[in-house]
Amino acid sequence: MTEQSFSIIAYLVAAIFFILALKGLSSPTSARQGNLFGMIGMTIAVITTLIIGENLIALLILIPIALGGAIGFVAAKKVQMTKMPELVALMHSFVGLAAVLIALAAVLNPIEVHTTVQRIELFIGAFIGAITFTASVIAFGKLSGKFGAKALVFKGQHLLNLILAILMIGFGAIYFQNESILAFIVMVIFALILGVLLIVPIGGADMPVVVSMLNSYSGWAAAGIGFTLNNSVLIIAGACVGSSGAILSYIMCKAMNRSIVSVLLGGFGSDVAEDLADKGEKNYKSGSVDDVAFLMSNADSVIIVPGYGLAVARAQHALQELTVKLVEKGITVKYAIHPVAGRMPGHMNVLLAEADVPYEQVVEMEDVNSEFPQTDVVLVIGANDVVNPAAKTPGSPIYGMPILEAQKAKMIIVNKRSMAPGYAGLDNDLFYMDKTMMLFGDAKNVVEELVKTIE
Amino acid sequence: MAEILTLQNITIFVLAIFVGYHVVWNVTPALHTPLMSVTNAISGIVVVGAILQVVEINDNVISFSSILGAFAIFFASINIFGGFFVTQRMLEMFKKKDKVNKEIKLDD
Repeated sequence: MTEQSFSIIAYLVAAIFFILALKGLSSPTSARQGNLFGMIGMTIAVITTLIIGENLIALLILIPIALGGAIGFVAAKKVQMTKMPELVALMHSFVGLAAVLIALAAVLNPIEVHTTVQRIELFIGAFIGAITFTASVIAFGKLSGKFGAKALVFKGQHLLNLILAILMIGFGAIYFQNESILAFIVMVIFALILGVLLIVPIGGADMPVVVSMLNSYSGWAAAGIGFTLNNSVLIIAGACVGSSGAILSYIMCKAMNRSIVSVLLGGFGSDVAEDLADKGEKNYKSGSVDDVAFLMSNADSVIIVPGYGLAVARAQHALQELTVKLVEKGITVKYAIHPVAGRMPGHMNVLLAEADVPYEQVVEMEDVNSEFPQTDVVLVIGANDVVNPAAKTPGSPIYGMPILEAQKAKMIIVNKRSMAPGYAGLDNDLFYMDKTMMLFGDAKNVVEELVKTIE
Repeated sequence: MAEILTLQNITIFVLAIFVGYHVVWNVTPALHTPLMSVTNAISGIVVVGAILQVVEINDNVISFSSILGAFAIFFASINIFGGFFVTQRMLEMFKKKDKVNKEIKLDD
C-alpha cells in the first residue's frame, strides 16, 4: 500500500469516527461514548498527518500542540457552566484564525504552485475564516459583557457592509488573476473588518442564534481549507460541523419566531417600546415566601420554568434542593425548558445538570405544554418572554413565538426582581392574571428561603 | 486532473452535508450545548491542514509559512483539547445524576 492510499483510508476512518461522535449525542447514555469516538477520530487524523507529511519540522508542530493542548485542557476544567457561551464563541474564533493562518501560509509558501481552482478555494477558505474570527471575537465580547451587549446600529450600515464585501471580492479577484500576495492580504483585512461589522448590530438577546451561526461558519471555514489541501477528512468534518451549526441556528430562530435575515440585519429591541403605552394601570397580586411555600407544599404537581435570570442569580443549586424537598413530600416536580432559556442552545439543560437536577425531570417545551392544565403550581423563575401569552395574540411583536403555556396552570407563581419587562420590551399579561402571584426578590435568596420554610 | 479532483471534493462535501444534516436532527435538544462544544473540537481538524504547512522549504528550516502554520496548530489544539474535555465534563454532569438520586433515596 502506498503512503497515499494509506492516508486516504485512515482519513476515512477518522471521518467515520467524527460522524459517530455526532450520532452519539442523540441520547445522554451514548453521548460519552460519542465524545470518545471524536477523540479517537482526531488522534487518527493527526497521527496519519504526521506520518505522511514530508519534511515536517517536528518541534514547530509538537510544541504548539503541547502548549495549545495544555491551555485547552485547563480552560475546559476551569470554565464555569454559565460561561459556556463565551468559551464556545472564543473557540469559534480560534478555528477562524487557524483557517486564515493556514491559507496565508499556503499563499506565502514560495514552492507551492496553486492552480486556478486552488486559488478560488484559498480565497474562500481565507475569507470565511477571517469573518468567523472577528465575528466570534465580537460575539465573545458581547456575551462576556466586555463590549456591552447593546445592538449598535448606524445609518448606512448595510451599504457599508455591501461596499466592503464587494471590495473583498474584488481583491480576491486580483489575487486570482495574478497571484498577488498583497491583494490576498488586503482581501483578508477587508474580511476581518466585515466580520466585526456583521455582529456589531446584533443585540445580546439574539446571541443564541449568532453563536449557532458562527458554529456553522467555523465548519465551512474548515471545509474550505480541506478543498485547498484536497483533504477529505477536513471536508467531511467541516461539512458536518457546518450543517450542525446551521440546524441549531434554524432551531433557535424558530424558537424566537425570528427569521435569520432579521437577526442578521440586527437592531432588535430598539423600537418596540410603544407597546407599553396602552398598558395603563393593571393590578397584580404579590405574595410572601410563606404564601408560596404553603401553596407549593400543598400541590400535587409542580412545574418549574427556569429562565436565564435563574442562572444569573446562581439559584440552580438552591432550586435543586427545593425540588428534592418537594419530591420527598410526594409532589411531582418537572422542569419545563424553552429552547431559548439560556444564552446558547441547550444551555439551561447543562446548568440544571450541573446542579444535579435529574435528566428525567427536565422536559422540553413540546412535551410539557399539554401538562400545564393539569398542573397545580407553576413556578416561573427568571423567565418572562417565554411564558408571555401575548405570543398567541395577532399583532404582538412576539406573535407566533412558541411559548410555555404556563397561563393554563391552576396557579402561577412568578419570581422576578421587579415588574420590568423582558428583553422584547413587552408587558406580560400572565403577571396580571387572577391566579398569578408575584414573588419579588433575588431568585437565589427567594428559593433558599423557600427551602427553609418548606418542612 | 485538478478539475476532477475538485469535483470529487465537491461530491464528498455535499454528501457530508447530508450526513451531518440527518445525524444532527437526531440530537436531543438537551444536549445541544455539548453538541456545540464537540463540533468545536471537531472543527479543530484544521490542525491537519496546519501541520502540512510546517515544512522545510528549500532547506530553509524555518520559513514564514511554517511559523504561520505553527500558530495555526497552537490555536487549533486549544480547540481540540478544550472542546473534547469540556464536552466530557458536561456529559459527566448528565450522567452523575442517577447516582446522586440513588444516594438521596438511600439517605431516606
